Amino acid sequence: MEIKTRPLAPGRTCHPRPTGVYLLLAALAASILLSVVIGARPTDLTALMGLLDGRIDSIDEAAIASRLPRTLLALLAGAALAVAGATMQGLTRNPLADPGLLGVNAGAALAVVIGIAWFDMQQASRYIWVAIAGAGASALLVYLVANLGRGGATPLRLALSGAVVTAALTSLTSAVILPRADIAGLIHSWLIGGVGGATLDRITPVLPFLALGLAASLLAARKLNLMALGDEAATGLGERVALARALAALGAILLCGATTAACGPIGFVGLVVPHALRLLVGADYRRLLPLCALGGALLVILADTLGRVLVRPAELDVGIVTALLGGPVFIWIVRRHTLRSL
Amino acid sequence: MSPRATSSQARSTPSTVRQLRRQRQRQRRRTIALLLCALLAGVCLTLMLGQSWIDPATVIAVLSGEQVPGATFTLMELRLPRALIAVLAGACFGLGGAAFQTMLRNPLASPDVIGISAGASAAAVFAIVMLSLRGAPVALVAIVGGLGIALLIYALSWRRGVADTRLILTGIGLAAMLQSAIAYLLTQAPARPLQEAMRWMTGSLNSVHLDQSLPLLVALIVLGLALLHFARDLEAMRLGDDMARGLGVRLSLTRLGIVVAAVGLVAFATAVTGPIAFVAFLSGPVAAWLTRHNGSVLIPAALVGALFVLMGDFIGQHLLPARYPVGVVTGVIGAPYLITLVMRDNARGST
Repeated sequence: MEIKTRPLAPGRTCHPRPTGVYLLLAALAASILLSVVIGARPTDLTALMGLLDGRIDSIDEAAIASRLPRTLLALLAGAALAVAGATMQGLTRNPLADPGLLGVNAGAALAVVIGIAWFDMQQASRYIWVAIAGAGASALLVYLVANLGRGGATPLRLALSGAVVTAALTSLTSAVILPRADIAGLIHSWLIGGVGGATLDRITPVLPFLALGLAASLLAARKLNLMALGDEAATGLGERVALARALAALGAILLCGATTAACGPIGFVGLVVPHALRLLVGADYRRLLPLCALGGALLVILADTLGRVLVRPAELDVGIVTALLGGPVFIWIVRRHTLRSL
Repeated sequence: MSPRATSSQARSTPSTVRQLRRQRQRQRRRTIALLLCALLAGVCLTLMLGQSWIDPATVIAVLSGEQVPGATFTLMELRLPRALIAVLAGACFGLGGAAFQTMLRNPLASPDVIGISAGASAAAVFAIVMLSLRGAPVALVAIVGGLGIALLIYALSWRRGVADTRLILTGIGLAAMLQSAIAYLLTQAPARPLQEAMRWMTGSLNSVHLDQSLPLLVALIVLGLALLHFARDLEAMRLGDDMARGLGVRLSLTRLGIVVAAVGLVAFATAVTGPIAFVAFLSGPVAAWLTRHNGSVLIPAALVGALFVLMGDFIGQHLLPARYPVGVVTGVIGAPYLITLVMRDNARGST
């Protein structure tokens, strides 16, 4: 992929262009409003105003009150996954990198399922470490498998190893679940990836991990820019490549693991959002990563709202909606690029 | 060097080549014969062993039509359908997978990785859950779904010709979409217990009947023969498209034929048993390893696939603490092998 960089005046740091940020922020605010108001029971804004005054009297107000944590979780998950996706794309210099496609979510899922089934971990706060460890292990495995041999981790190899490791981990996951009728229902809905039924108790334990992951990714942004030039060039420019890789990987894994622990594996967000935003603002990661957080939050909130509207009064889990939206984008990227590298 | 020595060398070279070729032929036949014996032994074993032991004489008596109290039901209703369908479905998966892998010159490009199995399963789940179909119509829908997805992958990866890379990647993308569609369909199935749905998703022989084996057998014979008809062309295609064209293979026609036959095989088997994990993927490489890359891999792959499913089901039913569907067993056994295979291939630099 061609890297477009704008010439910068010396000494000037690069700021995201304000209009784009304002537009994204406005869209995000609108999507949050929509997400709070729309649902199996449509409500109107007066109920929201009532709630903001501190009343939970009517059913409408109660409905909105229960939608707030859900919207918050969607916002966090979207932001985390999109930033993780962009970081992974920069880290692997590979346009097809995505936490879902590269098996990271599947690793976190297997670890959590084992935690629930064998070690009786019921709350997210208890299995979050397990999820992060699983995410890290499977990310490492996918990368090692793809990186063997001459040529390193090409897009095809990375995608294939991701698919293969995902398939392997998925069959292990079903091997763990199948003999346990008692927990199958609980795990199955979690495995599809959804933000429904979110409570603040489920969200708070993952917050520190998300913050840490976000910080690591943002710190790595400048390094990712240099690494886009190739390892030799980055080393020549004074970058410690191994350190930069470790920092970026840590950020991505923390974000994916924590998100998966909170709401199950959600795919394609990390693929779609960075590519869409790259078209708008170019490939500078210092600009791209913060915008990805906004864009990812926007996408997941909209996907969740859409899932509530499409099959009312039932719900489509957000993981299903993002996959259905993201699959075509993936194919478009495959068709569009010659797929050398980012 | 004396002229006599040269001439003897010149004479000896072709005869050595011929000998070598004959030896390799013999080796190949021996491997196939061994695989057949193993398969036969496996079938006998699964017929005799189980919750209760049925001795060979009773098995033969029941199979020749006698009514033996107790044994008849166990054999004709429980063990025989399982064994038969395991062998047939395994052969279908192995054959279809090996054909795809050879055609795309990539061991990872098996129907279960590039989305064709997912297409067939999505169609089958749709037919079962939404249309409440059962039996043969489900198979038909699965085949239409599998073929439709295969054509869609082909069309989407078409851009001034089809590059293998683009085809595989497009397939992976579609597979991910289809998986989530399947997940959604399964949540829509209220009457069907979740366990059963998940069992079907991993591939299982739990609900098979003897009358399902006939269509599967016909499909295996017709489509398998069609594939074997292309075996020579497939071997030529392994050398690369240009070489194959030079050797007189009509590429687009051959490709279409192979795709239709292989997808048909995989879809038929998927409709009956669900997508049994990794059988299509593993049979080809294992068969190639057993025959030492000697001649067409199709027939050995079919035998290996049949053996995999048969033994996987036996292990899942009787040798583990809980009863597992065959797909979990092949998945758990297959997964590590699969990953080492990918690592070895990457290290060799073939993808």
